[in-house]
Amino acid sequence: MSKPVGGLAPGEYFTMGNFACVEGAILAGCRFYAGYPITPSSEIFERASVRFPQVGGNAIEMEDEVGSMAALVGASFGGAKVMTATSGPGFSLMMENIGLAYIMEAPCVLVNVQRAGPSTGIPTLVGQGDMMQAKWGSHGDLETIAYSPSSVQEFFDFTIQAFNTAEKFRTPVFVMADQVVGMMWERLRVPPSEEIEVVDRRAFDPAAPLDTEHPLFDYAKDFNPMPIAGKGVHANIDSLTHDSRGYPSTDYSVSVNMTRHLSGKIKNHAREIWRWEERYLDDADFVVVSYGSAARSALAAIKIARAEGIRAGLLRLMTPWPFPDEVVERVSNRVSGMVVAEVNAGQMLHPVRENARCPVVGANWAPGTLIDPRSIVEAMEAVTA
Amino acid sequence: MIPSVRQGGPEVKVEHHVNDSVIRSERLPNIWCPGCGIGIVVGAYVRAIQKSGIPRDRHISISGIGCTGRVSGYLNLDSYHTTHGRAVAFATGMAVARPELEITVIAGDGDLGVIGGNHLIHAARRNVDLNVIMVNNFNYGMTGGQHGGTTPLGAKTHTSPYGNVETPFNIPYLVAAAGASFVARWTAMHVRQVTAAISRMMEVKGFAFMEVLSPCPPTFGEFNGFPEALDMMEYFRDKAVVDHNADLSRIGVTARPEDQLVVGNFVDRRRPTYQELLGDLRARVSAQGVAKK
Repeated sequence: MSKPVGGLAPGEYFTMGNFACVEGAILAGCRFYAGYPITPSSEIFERASVRFPQVGGNAIEMEDEVGSMAALVGASFGGAKVMTATSGPGFSLMMENIGLAYIMEAPCVLVNVQRAGPSTGIPTLVGQGDMMQAKWGSHGDLETIAYSPSSVQEFFDFTIQAFNTAEKFRTPVFVMADQVVGMMWERLRVPPSEEIEVVDRRAFDPAAPLDTEHPLFDYAKDFNPMPIAGKGVHANIDSLTHDSRGYPSTDYSVSVNMTRHLSGKIKNHAREIWRWEERYLDDADFVVVSYGSAARSALAAIKIARAEGIRAGLLRLMTPWPFPDEVVERVSNRVSGMVVAEVNAGQMLHPVRENARCPVVGANWAPGTLIDPRSIVEAMEAVTA
Repeated sequence: MIPSVRQGGPEVKVEHHVNDSVIRSERLPNIWCPGCGIGIVVGAYVRAIQKSGIPRDRHISISGIGCTGRVSGYLNLDSYHTTHGRAVAFATGMAVARPELEITVIAGDGDLGVIGGNHLIHAARRNVDLNVIMVNNFNYGMTGGQHGGTTPLGAKTHTSPYGNVETPFNIPYLVAAAGASFVARWTAMHVRQVTAAISRMMEVKGFAFMEVLSPCPPTFGEFNGFPEALDMMEYFRDKAVVDHNADLSRIGVTARPEDQLVVGNFVDRRRPTYQELLGDLRARVSAQGVAKK
């Protein structure tokens, strides 16, 4: 735990989501950015290019998003808190080295300002089509952590939280924003530094014993200290499945131990990662599940529905991954139906449906604009029918 | 007189080796095939580390994927076995975050020059202060022998069974054109020159690159006129011409037994490094102070 340094002074600001993200990162201690420009995330890179050198950091441009993500893992092992920001096409290119960060247990933060897809899609307009990619996009079965901000304030807050989570869990953490949240201007409150918690990774002590009793990778423990380059640990850090010494292995027992360690450290602590918001749930008969900017449409829909006599409420997923299954199940037990509102063809709909004990329908919307709240109300009427 | 390897030499067992301090000897034997040149390059790299005067703690070895990609895991350093082609990008991140480290990327021709070609040329253009050793065995060996961007025109591999129809990259020429501070080419036959070049690369400020041509008897040599372990070494001995001032546009390798191949330390120049320029930038910005929002 440490105190934030070098960031924006406490106070109230009127700013853009993408700018707020950079200011959150600086307060969280991030001093290394590697990126490649892409709409609608480029303001993050531009702001980082102005701000990081002011606080003794580096914001570098790589030749592509593949290189950006690889550079993050290298800099993370150099000891830096690291980040990048991208959007759909760049997120696809990062998948390879997201897997590298996962297996090497390199803390890093990736911001995805989602846009309309598929492929190049509509770069300048909103989408939420990368939610499943954040969970399943990199090959080989990863457990991931993702935050989804619905406002400029949350983009700031969740970026700080993403760094803290990455540092503690030694894993890549996503901030799954979208074009609306990234480019909107709103009020931002920067709290006094004593209100901001900053988590720093535990570094492996080069003087600590290193033998079969004290392995570099203790797979029986959820959290191991990180060997930082150039400190005298002489660690082998491998993209191959590796044993407790860090050496490559094809033994089944090693595969079991390593993969269960990597997913278990997140699954075993999912409850402390989960964040969600409940609105109007006390008397709710129907619940809209939503996240990101779509949750703003959902809230408008709930107000329309209530005016029409439908007792609707909101369950907003602030951490889509790891999926808050117990929360969805608990809420579903006391309502007669759920609507999952998202700007895609139905992605978070699936884990909601898997865990809910009530009928679930999607209020899905082609990317390009936010959801019309009326269509969410219509979906509510469909689930009641 | 040293007995000829072809006649079979005496079996010698040693408990300790002079390279043990830098080698993870508990991981031996290594995975490389008999006749492979990678081990020779590893020996040269280890000797250069020992002679560098730089503490072992500060030496970092980073590899990609493939036969040469396995080098880092055998070195008792902070070592990183990364993704295919991405070692230079990974190293760039670490080198920017920690400019005091002596980072060496050691990887193969397919890894650095083909799948990772974009990272290689852009790191050379930025003149990132790194050492990059590329072992070129003319094919993808780890996957069983397929053609790549350095496979000579006409050469046979499992994916060019009728002869390769692609013209190979002349990688020293490419890296020099991209702006590297140091560019060399030697072969696995030139043990002392390789060691000396790595030592120089550790001194050079900026992007230092060396191609080391290597035999690959089972998956390249077998089908291309070098079937025995020593055949390509004899080719290197007989046909290599040292020319430090060579016209780099004319030093493409045919790997045909009758053709010459040019080796040497071709480029050694001082340019501002990426880390120096970033450091200057930070100093200039902090002198201005933080602008008001």
